[in-house]
Amino acid sequence: MSIPKTITLEVSRYSPERDPQPYFQSYEVPVKKEWVILDALNYIKDQIDGTLTFRWSCRMGICGSCGYTINNEPKLGCATFLTQYGRGPIRIEPLRNFPVVRDLVVEIGEFLEKLKKVKPWLIHEDGNGTGEYLQTPSQLEEFRQHSMCINCLLCYSACPISGLDPIFVGPAALALAHRYNKDSRDQGADERMAILSHPEGIWGCTFVGECTRVCPKHVDPAGAIQQYKIAGAIDGLKQFLMPWGQKGKQPKREAQKS
Amino acid sequence: MSSGQSSAPALAPVHGENEQPQVTYTEFHPRWYRPQISTYWWLGKWPYVKFILRELTSVAVAWTVAVMLMQIFALTHSGAFYDGFEALMALPVMILVNVIAFAFLVFHSVTWFNLAPKAMAVRVGGKRVHGILISGPQYLAWIAVSAIVLFILATRT
Repeated sequence: MSIPKTITLEVSRYSPERDPQPYFQSYEVPVKKEWVILDALNYIKDQIDGTLTFRWSCRMGICGSCGYTINNEPKLGCATFLTQYGRGPIRIEPLRNFPVVRDLVVEIGEFLEKLKKVKPWLIHEDGNGTGEYLQTPSQLEEFRQHSMCINCLLCYSACPISGLDPIFVGPAALALAHRYNKDSRDQGADERMAILSHPEGIWGCTFVGECTRVCPKHVDPAGAIQQYKIAGAIDGLKQFLMPWGQKGKQPKREAQKS
Repeated sequence: MSSGQSSAPALAPVHGENEQPQVTYTEFHPRWYRPQISTYWWLGKWPYVKFILRELTSVAVAWTVAVMLMQIFALTHSGAFYDGFEALMALPVMILVNVIAFAFLVFHSVTWFNLAPKAMAVRVGGKRVHGILISGPQYLAWIAVSAIVLFILATRT
């Protein structure tokens, strides 16, 4: 199929000082084989309309800044080629399930609060993991997949529960909590479980599975949350069978300090 | 090359070039736009429709449990009870409801078996076991149990 010379981008515009709600504005941009959506947006910004506002940074799928809703799908602007959409038009909107600040920019403060809540750092009884600890390749493999998250928030945009229940902790934060729980150097699983074992935590997930499908880094948040649920169920059963408790007596798993 | 054409489908009208915007400032941050989620949000995408159908399978499960309890009740009482139960189940509407319930139960089982490899991260020799090795035995057991039930039904009638 031949590549068209130009393609129409229908971009959602919203100015908080002026607009009661967003509207679409059309731009015609040239198509080049190697151009991604972000190139087209930068072309608009530089050549057509300097008022268009959007986030971007690295252009290589590392920073997680350029997440947009592209033709109804959450995608990274830097990893989505114009040629995927034939003759267009391509509709570009902000990520769903977030308040819109301006044009394609969303407010992510609520997500950052949720992220902080799950304690996504190493917790260790001697100095919160600031020492040097040995870890085997197989121990690394236990959590490596879930550590690939770039906080692009495509998973929150795809998750209907995140939209319907704004206090749900959500896929990326829960996957990161699971990542630290699976880390052989970490001893904070019980602390995190106390925070996340409730209806707005792991039990809020109904396994729609869209978070995993849209994740550009194959983190599999849906899988991580289901595994976390099993850990939560086992934890609940232990507390029921042994109410006098095992917590605080020993680290969850042994970390070997070098 | 045209620029800035307004199409505004199904959304707010575009402002005219000479229109003076009504600027209203808030004290600490600009006015965010919070999109409202439609009651019919799930109709927009097939994965969402599938999710809602999967949630609805709980109704089919509850219905099947109720029918089974009715059957046990009828069996433990006089023959008239069971004849009545059989007559009820033979009604065309009941057959239709049970066929639909059966389809939902099959769907429920498939989604459950497909979930298992996600929830169970089994590792052998440092490598994660492929999902088919976790869901496969469950499917095989399901087929085996179904075959045994079918065999019993076929040989008793």
